[in-house]
Amino acid sequence: MKERINYTIHLADNALILGHRNSEWTGFGPIIEQDIAISNIALDLIGQARNFYQYAATLISNSTAEPVTEDTLAYLRDAKDFLNCSLVEQTNGDWAKTILRQFFFSAYQFYLYQHLQNSNDEKLAAIAEKSLKEVTYHLRWSSEWVIRLGDGTEESNKRILTAVDDLWICTGELFEATGFEQTAANKGYGVDVSLLKSDWMQKVRDIFEEATLPLPVETESQVKWFGKEGKHSEHLGYILAEMQFLQRTYPNSEW
Amino acid sequence: MIDEEKISVKKIREILESVNDPEVPVLSIIDLGILRDVIINDDEIEILITPTYSGCPAIDMISMNIKLALIENGHKKIKITSVLSPAWTTDWMSEEGKQKLKAFGIAPPTLKQQICHTELFHEGEAIQCPRCNSYHTKLISQFGSTACKALYVCETCKEPFDYFKCH
Ligand SMILES: [Zn+2]
Repeated sequence: MKERINYTIHLADNALILGHRNSEWTGFGPIIEQDIAISNIALDLIGQARNFYQYAATLISNSTAEPVTEDTLAYLRDAKDFLNCSLVEQTNGDWAKTILRQFFFSAYQFYLYQHLQNSNDEKLAAIAEKSLKEVTYHLRWSSEWVIRLGDGTEESNKRILTAVDDLWICTGELFEATGFEQTAANKGYGVDVSLLKSDWMQKVRDIFEEATLPLPVETESQVKWFGKEGKHSEHLGYILAEMQFLQRTYPNSEW
Repeated sequence: MIDEEKISVKKIREILESVNDPEVPVLSIIDLGILRDVIINDDEIEILITPTYSGCPAIDMISMNIKLALIENGHKKIKITSVLSPAWTTDWMSEEGKQKLKAFGIAPPTLKQQICHTELFHEGEAIQCPRCNSYHTKLISQFGSTACKALYVCETCKEPFDYFKCH
């Protein structure tokens, strides 16, 4: 049960942290249509996170006497207890970095949810089926932007190349299964992430080619942090400080 | 007994016709296709609903409005269950709902199999302007004022408009 809970929390944390990062753009987007687009993607991701947290809370409540809700999971855990991958917690940087982070992650989520739809856990399968429709839009939108920036002006090309340098190092972690992911895959309720790598690489290759971007070389150093085991970059703490401040300072406050 | 049950489910559905989507107030939850089922167990009424998008902020308000509408009509024990699968699709929107949307100034969703493209930079989806009926329209953004809408502009009357995108 511990593994199933951690696996569900990991899926929730990925969606919540990227949703939160994207929401930092609200009001600051480069043009109003894209401000709205990134805010909508934030909303979808936070919605997915809620569905996973609610399910995790049910699992925890059923197996322990702890009164746990989606809110306690989001607001009252510390950085080392968050099980999101390090890619989603990276800073927004400029528009190019935000776009590339979204593209890498949406492509990953797209293949992940495609498989998770067949999970033998009905609840996880249903959330995946629902979320996949949304992620399809995110992937299309971020792919178009990668192409637009890569094959755009000298300046936009330079910026997205810098983003590749910054983020490529976070992508290896996506396909290296940690303990709870292995158990989840073995028991049939989760996805073997190592199997997603070839589809993901092919997607990246196709979009980078259209974007006239050179494909980064795969190296050992492709994994720098291992957020899925709570070993995060320094950025997560800052996100949590902002996100959790209100609940921790004024416990149980509501909107 | 069976007859009685039928009548009460019908009555409950009639009550629920008055519950609208707070973001698109011309559509009831039945028009939108988010009411999935009404189940009557003894004295408890269970309402099954499905969100349009995972992050749809309207869903909590819709749940509350369903409860209020039923309480106003004398029902006390109400349970609202959210179901995610099968996932909501715009194909569940009623024909009446599509007409109401258009009259409200939002282009209704086209049939999914007809036009739901995933190719990149796809243009030329023939979305009709809800104001002047022109098909000479252009996509501005896949993401509009709410998660369920895209933003278009009409090249004939020059007005921007929302399109309830297929999903
Ligand atoms: Zn027009």
